Amino acid sequence: MRARVLIRPKSGILDPQGQAVERALPALGFDGVSKVHVGRLVELDVDDVTQLPAMCERLLANPLIEEYEIIENA
Amino acid sequence: MKFGVIRFPGTCDDVDAQLAAARVGEAELLWHRDDDLKGVDAVIVPGGFSYGDYLRAGAIARFAPVMESVIEFAHEGGLVLGICNGFQILCECGLLPGALLVNDHLKFVFRQVQLDVVDHNTPFTRNCPPSLSIPVKHTTGRYYSAEPVQVVLKYTEGHNPNGSQDDIAGVVNNAGNVFGLMPHPEHAVDALTGSTDGLSIFESIRTAVGERVRVA
Repeated sequence: MRARVLIRPKSGILDPQGQAVERALPALGFDGVSKVHVGRLVELDVDDVTQLPAMCERLLANPLIEEYEIIENA
Repeated sequence: MKFGVIRFPGTCDDVDAQLAAARVGEAELLWHRDDDLKGVDAVIVPGGFSYGDYLRAGAIARFAPVMESVIEFAHEGGLVLGICNGFQILCECGLLPGALLVNDHLKFVFRQVQLDVVDHNTPFTRNCPPSLSIPVKHTTGRYYSAEPVQVVLKYTEGHNPNGSQDDIAGVVNNAGNVFGLMPHPEHAVDALTGSTDGLSIFESIRTAVGERVRVA
């Protein structure tokens, strides 16, 4: 099955990449943008989707600093 | 005593670490695919970009065969020093608490920094002066931990190069035998490069290993 894992900085942890993007958008004339966060996307074909949470905990994300969201049938 | 310095694909400070360690003892390189630590008394996980730092800095290196042996070595009380990328790897594999995040200013930083040794009661800092001048060079050096940690080195006020929480530059584990730091003591061992303060960390390890041998 095709799956997608979205990884983003945990809320409360300073996200300088998100802040940089948030500052850059008004400079291009895009106003009214806030709470920008930049993360990672991992796409994968996987036989057993029940293994995805363990994959995230052990390798794809670092649970100390990141949150992950698994999207099955992506 | 004998130091072992690990070399991963992408490591770049292994030879400097080996040369620095060789000033106080014997030092040999350990290949990442080899799980034999060759009877070394202390392990150094040096700086660089192990496995390209793909995914996250240090995330892939922790699964190298040699790291299984390093983890076992650490659990048995062996001394492990992680420098820069080595610090990131030790956090990723759970030998040290916390994690390293991208610098708050998002830029690579390379400069000499002043450090306060806030804990001299470790095998890594017992011979250190109160303050050290050592270079940093990294993009992912902002230390973060949600839990209280045993801080050993702090950036002197005004010297925090990356936005690290509480100016933390180096921490030890609870048992006190695993030490990680972002600054590079192996680049501060010769007066030619401006400072020899880094040598005191290698000398501390030699002292600690010497005492252990005498106790045994």
